[in-house]
Amino acid sequence: MTPTPASFAAARGSDTNNVITVSAQRDSGQGDRHSRQEDTRLHSHGARRMRPGRRGSGWRNAGWVLVFLLPSAVPLLLFTVIPMLASIWVSLTKWNLISAPTFVAFNNYRRLLTDPTTLDYFLHTGAYIVGYLPLVYIGGLSLAYVLDKKLVARSFFRAAVFLPVITSWVVVALVWQWLLNPAHGVVNTVLGALGLGQPGWWTDPNWAMPSIILASAWKDLGFVMIIMLAGLQSIPGDVQEAATVDGATGWQRFRRVTWPMLSPSTFFVVVISLINGLQVFDQVFVMTGGGPQGATQVVVGQIYNLTFRYGRAGDAAALSWILFVVILAITAGQLAGQRRWVTHA
Amino acid sequence: MFRGAPHRRITVRRVLLYLALVTCAAVMLFPFLWTVITSITPEGTLANGPTLLVKDPTLNAYRTLFATLPMWRIVINSFAIAMASVALQLITGSMAGYAFARLSFRGRSVVFGAYLATLMVPLQVLVVPLFIEMKLLSLQDTYFSLLAPSMASALGVFLLKQAIEAVPRELDEAAVIDGASHLRIFTKVIVPLIKPSLATVTILAFMASWNSFLWPLVVIRSPELMTLPLGLSALHGEYTTAWDVVMAGSVVSIVPIAVVFVLAQRHIVAGLAHTGIK
Repeated sequence: MTPTPASFAAARGSDTNNVITVSAQRDSGQGDRHSRQEDTRLHSHGARRMRPGRRGSGWRNAGWVLVFLLPSAVPLLLFTVIPMLASIWVSLTKWNLISAPTFVAFNNYRRLLTDPTTLDYFLHTGAYIVGYLPLVYIGGLSLAYVLDKKLVARSFFRAAVFLPVITSWVVVALVWQWLLNPAHGVVNTVLGALGLGQPGWWTDPNWAMPSIILASAWKDLGFVMIIMLAGLQSIPGDVQEAATVDGATGWQRFRRVTWPMLSPSTFFVVVISLINGLQVFDQVFVMTGGGPQGATQVVVGQIYNLTFRYGRAGDAAALSWILFVVILAITAGQLAGQRRWVTHA
Repeated sequence: MFRGAPHRRITVRRVLLYLALVTCAAVMLFPFLWTVITSITPEGTLANGPTLLVKDPTLNAYRTLFATLPMWRIVINSFAIAMASVALQLITGSMAGYAFARLSFRGRSVVFGAYLATLMVPLQVLVVPLFIEMKLLSLQDTYFSLLAPSMASALGVFLLKQAIEAVPRELDEAAVIDGASHLRIFTKVIVPLIKPSLATVTILAFMASWNSFLWPLVVIRSPELMTLPLGLSALHGEYTTAWDVVMAGSVVSIVPIAVVFVLAQRHIVAGLAHTGIK
């Protein structure tokens, strides 16, 4: 669950400027005395003065702007902005990628929004998030809390939890498909030896989504742990001490002091999980391919199928925009709610 | 004070804590161990159920793997594409960051807003038209097409702009007095001072490229151009039940990145933690 650009932008949200300036100032190690206000002032008055050598004809400046911006502007324009605009057009057409597209206005959207199976894809995606998020959050938080203390072999435990994070989704999906193999998998062998039930895991429509959730949580636990650890380490020690002096027990201290102070990290994890969860694809594609009997077909899986299996590029583009709007709405809701429960130290 | 009682309680708690941690580490690491064990188990005995101690370990699965797919090439592809993407994002990102932080020009905030807007568009929206674009340009199934969507990232631009803004302007001014051009200020003054942020961008870009699956799946057909996730997925399609071969492929995919992790663990963790600090 490393932050993708979209999720990152959303998670950082409105106060992004503050945050990164603060961390970046630490980077340079010299910016401490530069408040943001001072920076703005320099912008309006100082910028002109700053031009090298004051040779400053407008053209020379424009030349420098082009030199510094074009390397990023050209690829972004060609491979992000143009495809994005094209995608709006494609979503308004009926197109099998072979013959010429025909304009159908909003028919694709209308069909998708009235088709009950569209809701199913969103429900499956939602089920994934509902199972996955508590697992990685509670697990990651507990591990961070424990591994923040001074312990023997602490870095070994941290590394063990973190190792799956750097393993690619496809590998994670394959390994877990084998672990959870209904017939010869090690999990069912152990369950059988203990006299417990042996589910069909990814071959059973009822167990397929839990299998995907299990594999995904295993992979992302370490990432959540690292984020929560960074949050814990940013809590000033005297706050904890004050609570201890006031006679708070370990649990009270965690519940009333530590956890509320972690709310920015919690917010980051929740928003990133929601956005990445809505875009879940790799592990589903490899583990179940959306099956059995469509039980795990998620939104992005359907976008892929519509395009490359059924030759319905218009519907696929329309569905991708519906997904985009859902992501945007949920993120906006999160940011609006942020004020209420995120404490800023 | 009450030295005896609390002390003993803490000891019991410690033991339980370590038991929990060891169990947890075992759960996290066992799948890796199992992957290696499966890959050296003779094909015929897999159906008898798993065993920890393999009777006649064999490298047959690896032979099949390397005979089926150009694995060396695929590993090198994965590294080459990831490193090219990192290099390009560092160059394009830091240069654009410099333009937005240090050059004043008309419409700067509008252009920067447009950059940020590209952050909000998920890859899924772009996949279909991007595929068509590559087809029209006859670039599909090439290294270039693999790299195209990750040559520049607005996220990188954003992070590096913030880092550059935090560098005191007096440092540039001193260089200006010495008659330095923007290019010189950028390379000699700015870049050395934003290394931690460059490291974060490196890690984010490397991991994004290394894990990338949907786009390669759409645009690449030739086995010689595949990256590891795609190669493994293809292998899985071909050997649905040959778990020894599939696990051998997984081992080959995990080992290089695990080596990188062991060597750069501190930087990777710090770089990722950096993204979440509020």
